[in-house]
Amino acid sequence: MSSAGQSVLDSRLRPDLARIAQWIAPGSRVLDLGCGDGTLLAALRDERQVIGAGVEIDDTQVIQCVRRGVHVIQQNLEDGLALFDDKQFDTVVLSQTLQSMHNTEHILREMGRVARQGIVSFPNFGYWRYGMAILAGRMPVSGQMPYQWYNTPNIHLCTLSDFEDLARAVGLPIIERATFHGPRETTFLPGWRSTLAVYRFATS
Amino acid sequence: MSTSSIDAGARAAAAALPPVAAPAGSVGVVTATLLHFDQPLPLASGQTLPAYELAVETYGRLNADRSNAVLICHALNASHHVAGVSSTDPKDIGWWDNMVGPGKPLDTDRFFVIGINNLGSCFGSTGPASIDPATAKPWGAAFPVLTVEDWVHAQARVADHFGIATFAAVMGGSLGGMQALSWAITCPERVAHCVVIASTPRLSAQNIGFNEVARRAIITDPDFHGGDYYAHGTVPRRGLSVARMIGHITYQSDDDMAEKFGRNQRAPAADGEWRYGYDVEFEVESYLRYQGEKFSRYFDANTYLLITRALDYFDPSRTTGGDLARALAPATADFLLVSFTTDWRFPPERSRETVRALLKNGNPVSYGEIDAPHGHDAFLLTDSRYHALVAGYFDRVAAKLGLSERAREAGENS
Repeated sequence: MSSAGQSVLDSRLRPDLARIAQWIAPGSRVLDLGCGDGTLLAALRDERQVIGAGVEIDDTQVIQCVRRGVHVIQQNLEDGLALFDDKQFDTVVLSQTLQSMHNTEHILREMGRVARQGIVSFPNFGYWRYGMAILAGRMPVSGQMPYQWYNTPNIHLCTLSDFEDLARAVGLPIIERATFHGPRETTFLPGWRSTLAVYRFATS
Repeated sequence: MSTSSIDAGARAAAAALPPVAAPAGSVGVVTATLLHFDQPLPLASGQTLPAYELAVETYGRLNADRSNAVLICHALNASHHVAGVSSTDPKDIGWWDNMVGPGKPLDTDRFFVIGINNLGSCFGSTGPASIDPATAKPWGAAFPVLTVEDWVHAQARVADHFGIATFAAVMGGSLGGMQALSWAITCPERVAHCVVIASTPRLSAQNIGFNEVARRAIITDPDFHGGDYYAHGTVPRRGLSVARMIGHITYQSDDDMAEKFGRNQRAPAADGEWRYGYDVEFEVESYLRYQGEKFSRYFDANTYLLITRALDYFDPSRTTGGDLARALAPATADFLLVSFTTDWRFPPERSRETVRALLKNGNPVSYGEIDAPHGHDAFLLTDSRYHALVAGYFDRVAAKLGLSERAREAGENS
């Protein structure tokens, strides 16, 4: 890829999405689960000639995808990925959605089935301020997770170690990890200092 | 091939009238054209139709490189009159007028839209009620049974007539969606985009069952005379009316009917008592009878048989051992499929089958599943999400073709 293309991607995307984009080969096939308004797929198409498809449940977001020419399938991710064949994609992405899914293990296994590599990002519940909030007797509320305990969609929060255990258990070997605090990448004590983790794993 | 106005007298009469101000978003007053095709049409059944006519309406303007044409395929009881106001009847508004027009989701400011009455139908195109030149009598039971593929081949000559090599899009709902799908398979090089709404890649046993009940109602009507009722001066009105009543139930959701009619009584006896008889007791009965009778006055019974049979036969995967992906392999179009959650005639699962096959083939496809309460009929109704999805798709098609941007927004959503 050209360095110019890289900088355009970087400026168009949130840092975690820009990092995800780096892990995706030009011209490859990508499935973005919970693709929102299609920002990532549109950027990958324009800058990397990626052939993409998205899955999204929300009507407004689906319309946004279609408007920008991103191919999107409207469905609930909890229903699984039965529409997609084995190894139909090179990469499958699940960005900041894992923590709100009921069937966490199932979706990871399905990701392993439909693509050659998977990318998952989620808020790191091990962030030190969250621990402090709990020590102070309160569930943590932050910019990353701006919800009260009773209205949060984040029903399956985990730490970096928790996720790494689950990935091992479902047979998805981790290739790379990137951790962020807000817009900055965090490499020193990421288990405590990062608010967002992005993992890249291989599938068998 | 030659053309003529479907009703030259009506056109002259319309011209003499003061111009009617068409509502915003309407294509205005429209007149159908009859296209005559003298080249014999070989049919799936092995028979050949020596010549035929198709009734056609067009809206918008075909651009210089003929790249902006969109073909609309109609469902069971509709026609070429897709949009606008009929020149012969100001109350006759096109069946997809909320979808097609200036500023509408399919924007006639930019696209040239063609509506064609299917071969075998009864709104101007050659069908069982037409005169068979060989006998100088109505075809009746002798009219050949047609398939969706036959319709596509017949319609391809309309594209030839306009000099359209490739449609920007072929679009249809229900049976029209099957035709659009068939177009994408049968003439892949002529379909750049394919919009398939509330449709199915094949009928289920239940679907065929409903069709068969409708056909038996018609065929067992004593006025049917084996399909040659024209010669007897009769119309199997009772059978056709019952057929329509059955169809009508399948077009609506249980909830929709419950909301519209509930168990409301039509004209209860004193103190709300039952009438203890078999005439209309409930509102829903009155509604269905009215719809059936209205339909039986304008629709041809043989056409009803022909179209329901074409529906039954449609199954592109029949030649690929049931493998829909292989059946769709020739298609090169970019697809949009839309289904409606409460459609139990062609439920979302049927659309998902097509989506799955297209994904497997690597065809570009988008799929919208609209949570709407109106059952199968939802594809004809105005729903802001549904219409925004189709509008967004066609805006994208326009951008790809280098057509101008949408100049105005029209419709109930704007």
